Formats: sequence, structure tokens, C-alpha cells
Amino acid sequence: MEWLNIFIQGALLGGFYALFAIGLSMSFGIMRLVNIAHGDFIVLAAYVGMIAVQSTGLSPFLSLVIVVPVMFVLGYALQRGLLNFTLNGGLLPPLLVTFGISVIIQNGLLQGFGAYDHRLQEGAIETASLRLPGGIDVGVYPLVVFAVAVLGIGALQLLFYGTRLGRAFRAVSDDADTAELMGIDNRKLYALAFGIAMVFTAIAGVLFGIRTIFDPAAGPIRLILAFEAVIIGGLGSFWGTLIGGMVLGIAQAVGAAINPNWQILAGHVAFLVILILRPSGLFPRTRD
Amino acid sequence: MVSTVEAVRVERATKASRIFALVAAVSLAALVSLPWWGDAGDMRLIAEMAYYVALAQLWNLLAGYAGLVSVGQQAYVGLGGYMLFYLTGVWNLNVYVAVLLAGPFAGLMAIPVSFAVFRLRGAYFAIGTWVVSEVFALLASLITVLGAGSGLSLTVPILQEISPDRDTRDTLLYLMTLAAALFVVGIVYLLLRSRHGLALTAIRDSEPASASLGVNTFRTKFIVYIATAACTGLIGALIFLQKLRISPEAGFSINDWTVVVIFMVVIGGIGTIEGPFIGMLIYIVLRELLADYGTYYLILLGLIAIVIMLKAPSGLWGWVIQRYNLQLFPVGRRLVPTRSQESAKS
Amino acid sequence: MTLLRTQNLSAFYGDFQALFDINVTVEERETVAIIGANGAGKTTFLRSVAGVLLAAPDAVVFDGQPIGGKQPHDIVRLGIAMVPEGRRLFPSLSVEENLSLGAHSERAGPWNLKRVYELFPRLYELRRLPAPSLSGGQQQMAAIGRALMSNPRLLLCDELSLGLAPVVIRDIYQCLGVITAEGTTVVLVEQDINRALDASARFYCFQEGRLALTAPTKDFDRAALTAAYFGM
Repeated sequence: MEWLNIFIQGALLGGFYALFAIGLSMSFGIMRLVNIAHGDFIVLAAYVGMIAVQSTGLSPFLSLVIVVPVMFVLGYALQRGLLNFTLNGGLLPPLLVTFGISVIIQNGLLQGFGAYDHRLQEGAIETASLRLPGGIDVGVYPLVVFAVAVLGIGALQLLFYGTRLGRAFRAVSDDADTAELMGIDNRKLYALAFGIAMVFTAIAGVLFGIRTIFDPAAGPIRLILAFEAVIIGGLGSFWGTLIGGMVLGIAQAVGAAINPNWQILAGHVAFLVILILRPSGLFPRTRD
Repeated sequence: MVSTVEAVRVERATKASRIFALVAAVSLAALVSLPWWGDAGDMRLIAEMAYYVALAQLWNLLAGYAGLVSVGQQAYVGLGGYMLFYLTGVWNLNVYVAVLLAGPFAGLMAIPVSFAVFRLRGAYFAIGTWVVSEVFALLASLITVLGAGSGLSLTVPILQEISPDRDTRDTLLYLMTLAAALFVVGIVYLLLRSRHGLALTAIRDSEPASASLGVNTFRTKFIVYIATAACTGLIGALIFLQKLRISPEAGFSINDWTVVVIFMVVIGGIGTIEGPFIGMLIYIVLRELLADYGTYYLILLGLIAIVIMLKAPSGLWGWVIQRYNLQLFPVGRRLVPTRSQESAKS
Repeated sequence: MTLLRTQNLSAFYGDFQALFDINVTVEERETVAIIGANGAGKTTFLRSVAGVLLAAPDAVVFDGQPIGGKQPHDIVRLGIAMVPEGRRLFPSLSVEENLSLGAHSERAGPWNLKRVYELFPRLYELRRLPAPSLSGGQQQMAAIGRALMSNPRLLLCDELSLGLAPVVIRDIYQCLGVITAEGTTVVLVEQDINRALDASARFYCFQEGRLALTAPTKDFDRAALTAAYFGM
């Protein structure tokens, strides 16, 4: 039963990683933009949550009411005012501009909050656990996070395949030039897409801040985890990103079971192995 | 009606480059003689500038010419450093031998790495190289013989192999670093001047087009990646020989070895040899000016990089080239009519 | 009345000049053909009108208003739609989704899904299939239908016959006849000269980015056309 336990813990951890990854997956899928600052935005969201909690007394979950709109507006403005201008210059401008943003966020947070650790306190739910048949204990919090990930991806699928906006997103992702010829304002669409990606990033950030201590330098590893989940799952598929996150989580859980110091490393190794054996991931969909 | 083709020859140097060569020679003489007119602090600063220029030229070669934007070159800095400490500390090799072996070792490690990361393209390649670097850092922190989390230190006997006298040691380390940096810049320059450099420029401008012209793009990129890794490893060994200590965090620090280097190249002018020099100077000047302001200078660097990418993507030197068509390191080729044809006019 | 007029329209791809002072007029309800060899600038012309390529503000005048320099999506809203060269349907979308997307600009007019399916009944049967699974001719019909969904006053058709069998081309041009009978103004770029001249009232012949000849299709000098086409 020990292995089942590891499997379940890892799979639930995957829900976390999927939440990290959705924003990255969206901005790449629609704009072909890889946001190097993605992990830093997750951490930024945690800090925004912290400020919201401190100034309003709301619980971290409820602080999302503030954090989500703030991050959405930030994302929309950033894409509209800055990132849109990097999209036509080839590979380097978006990469280096988001790299610059990453450095600015990390050092700005460092300047503003110091190098200290923080954590958001949600209370009892953090340690509550559920007993499953078979004698396996699962934390309620990881279950909640996993459920949020599944609901979030479900909502995104609905948006993409059931709405006019989603249809426009898919068209722009296929062929941005022809989409313009159909009357779609690409610039606004990209800004909207990035804003929605930030919504997921905001949720991921707050949920992550409850579970783990964070500091200004916590961004890069989050980017790497998100990235690994996306690549393992395959570019262009949201459910694939969930599977990718779960595979990553399970690999990490297996590594941690052998030696706690090996957790992150095990995830990296699994990523590299899959990259070598199946470079387009498990469920690839995007054409480039 | 048939028109005659005049005989031409290919000329490499420009007037500006000839002047610059003179200026460079004089400056080099000054730098080499520094130990005799400067102090230890001066030598440390120049050595730092030297190894940053070398790292910047190497990153520029990868990203600006081969189109391989790596955010993981710090892996090879750390590998070079660790190899130096390991070979001298555990295998008791002579320190000079260890430094010379560090580079090739890093180059060797780059081979399996390339199998993994070359499957990725563009920005995904960039993050992939970063993951690889993280793997090396994690491995270093877990392997006890490498000092695990706390790292390794250079013992006094090893240092004394360079020289028992402190001043001589400082001078020798300085000259070694200068020599290594010159070597790296020299290799980059010669490579870009050669037909391989032309191939690289072609790949940078259009990979499909250059492939259709017979350029073996994979092999070219592969060789450049391995060579860059080896040179980066050499520089890494020298960096940590000066620092006397290495740890996973310091050895594989993305902030120290990649962020700063990328900013230098981007601000100075990517895809040019002159650019990294300018970028390095700007970085050092800014750092000295803003030394009291902590992390603000990194924020400023980030802002400058963003502005440059949007307004002047070819960096400061790229702007100079566009305005004045200057080339100090002659890598281009110009067609010049030969004198004998000028008189033969009908 | 003149629906479209270009005045000294020039176009550049970077430093390369692709169009030199093009003057074209299209009257409302007319069908005008643009013919010329490869690289003559025909597609460049359409892209300049559609706003994909930057044009000087007064260089393109639509319904009396200068539209040069406007964004493509704004130009669609004004009533110009393009059937792009090579169809360019969206591969991730079904046929019906492609058509519905054409109506993104929400312009009022006679064309809607029902009417497009009446014009192209075969599309109705295929409507749920992903666009790439259609044959070349069906894709062309879908591309035309998609453009019609924006209820354009001016339809730009780029190389409708490209890569299609003669039988299919005939069907497509028959449908085009129905569209023009409704009163839609059409500018037709074609390599198939006979088709183009049959379907239009006037033609312009481009040669290496310049206007070489213009004449009514019912009455023109064949030799002059050949000379203009090949630049002799």
C-alpha cells in the first residue's frame, strides 16, 4: 500500500503543478510567448495575497477576491502596453523582455519585503486529512488544490471550445494574420489571454503561498516546475498539462520516498528522460 | 550586349579596424603590465572584467550567432570550478593541469546535455538549459566528495603550487585570467572570421535557407555548443581559483553567471564582437556608481534591457553600426576592385 | 459610385518595393480582375487594401474615406473582406466554426450561416468536420463563405483557382456569379486569365509591381495584353 500512497500524494501534487503551468501553457499556445517571469508572477501573487490578508483581515482563500482582479489587470496592461510589442521581432525580444521583468520583480520584492520567508495562513485546512478506504490518509488541502486545478482546466476547456471568445483564441493560435483578416483585434485578444492566464497564476500563487513558505527568490523554481509539467504533458493541451503535472508529481514523490533530498532532482530527471524519449510530450497538440 | 565583370579581391579590414587594432595593442600592453604599476584591487577588477568579457563573448557566440539562446551556461561555469577543486583536492593533480583539464571536462559533459536540450527550440530550449544547470547544482549539493551543500575550499598547499609568495600568486592568477580571456575572445573572433563564422551568420539569419545551401546546421550548432561549454568551463575554473571557495549556489548561480552576462551582451549589442565589450563596461560602471543602492542596480539593468530590446534590439553597438557603419573587429568581407582593371577602360 | 480607389499606392517589404504608384478604381457592384505573372504584385495589392501591408493614408480610399494605415480588423468592420490565397482556414476549428468566426465583426447584412449553407450545400453536410479534412474545392468554398459571413461590401478574392481541378473551379465561379448578382463588389486576383476575364467587367494587368494595362474585358487588344503581361 506504500506505493499507492506515494502515487496518490504525487498525483495530488500534480494538481499544484498543473495550476502553475496553465498560465504558461496559455500564453505560449495563443501568443507563442514563453514568459520567463511566469514563476515570479506566481510569487508576486502570493505577496499580493499577503498584503491583502494583512490589510483586510480576510483569510487567504477570500483574499483571492482581491488578488485575482489585481493580477488580471496587471496582466492585461503588461501584455497590451509592453509584451505585444515584442511579438514580431523573433525569438529574442520576448525572451529577454520577460527575463528583464523577472529580474525586476525578484529584486523589487527583495527591496520591498526583504529576503525573509513568508507564508499565508489558512488555518485548520492546511493539516486536515481524510482517511480513504484502504487506510490511506490524504491531506484535505492537496485534494482541494487538485479539485481547483481540475475545475479550472474544465472551465478553460469550456471557454475555448464553447464560446465565441474561445473560438477567437483558437483561431489566433492557429493563424494570427488570417485572424486579423476576420476582424479580430489581435492586440486586445492577446491582452485578454494574458489577463486570463494571470487569473490562474493568481490562484496558483495564493494556494502555493498557503502550502509553502515563499521568499522573493522562489520564482525560478516555480517556472521550471510549470515548464516541466507543460513539456511532459505536451504543448497545446490543457488536460495534457494536468497529466504532465501528475507525472512530475509522482516522479518527485518516488524520489522523495527514496531520499527526501532527491525530490526535486527526481522530477528533473523524469523530465529529461521524457524529453529524450518522447520530445513532443505525452499529448501534444500545438502545431508550430 | 555583354557587360564585363571587373576583377575584384576580398578585403577584410576597414580603416576603423586598423586604427582600433593599434589602440587595442596599446591597451593590451598596459593591461599586461598592470601588476607592476597597479595594486591587488586593480588586478582583481580587471580580472573580473576579463572573465566577464570572455563569458559574454561566449554567450554571444551561442545566442547571437548560432541562435542558441541558453539560460544555462552557468552549468559549465560550475562544472569547471568543481572540476578544478576536485582534481586538485581529491586527486592531488597539479593546479595548472587541473585548470587545463577543467575546460575539456565541461565540454565533454555538454555532449549528453545537448542530446536532451537540442530537442527543444527557442525559448523552450532556454528553459531546458536552465533545468540542466539546476540538475548539476542539485547533484553537487548531494555528492559528499564534492562537499555537498557547503562546497569545497582550496587548501593552502594547492595555492602554493602557483607560488608560495602572495604577490607573485596574485600576479600569476591575474595574468592567467587575462591570457584565458584573450584566448577565448581570440577564438571567437577567428571563428567568426572563418567560413564557419559565415555559416553561423547564415544559420542565424535563416536556418532553412542555410540548410538548403549545404550548411550542416545541426553539426555546426553542436560543435559551437560543445566548444562554448569547454571555454566556459575554463573560465569557471579560473573564476573559482581566484575565489578560493566553491558551493553549489555560487558555482551554478544563474544571477552571477548568466543574468549579468546576458545583460552585458544585450545592452552592448548582440551578434557583434564589439557589443560584449561595451556591455561589460556599462555594467561595471553602473555597478560601481550604484554600489550603495543594493538591488536597485539590478532593477535598473532589467529596465535598461527591456528598453533596449524594444527600441534598439541590436544594442548600443548595433545602433552605432547602423549610424556609422563601423566595424572594429573585421569579420565582414568587402569586394574591392583591383587596381589593374581601372586603367583598362574602353 | 466608386467604392474603392487607390491613389499612387506603393508597397514595400522592408527595403524592397513591390508596388509602384498603383491607381485602381472599382465601382460599386462591379467585378474587377487583377491579372499578372508571378511576383507582379497582385497579392501585395490586395494585402495593401486589406490593411495587412502599411499604406499611406490617402493611398487607399474606400467609400470616400481614406483607409490607408488602418488595422486589418478595422477595415473588415468597414466592409472589406478577404478570401486569402491558399484558403487559410483555421485547422483547429470545424467548418462551421470557421464560418462563424467570419462573422466576428458582427456586420449586419443578408449573409448568415443559413444562407451560406444554401449557397454551398455540401458544406452543411461537412459542417462538424475539422477544416483540414475537406478537399481543396470544399475548403475554397468554406473560405469564401467565411468571408461572406462578415457581410462585406467589397470582397477580395486571391487566387480562387489555385491548386484546384477545372471542374471544381467552374463550380466555384458559378457560386461567385451568385454572389455578384446579389450586389457584392468583387476584386478578383487570378492566374487563370480566361476565368478572370470571363467573370469580370474590367481588368487591370500588373507587371513587376506596376500597372501595365487596363481595359474592359469585352473589348480589348489581345496582343496588348500579352505584351503587358510579359513586360515586352
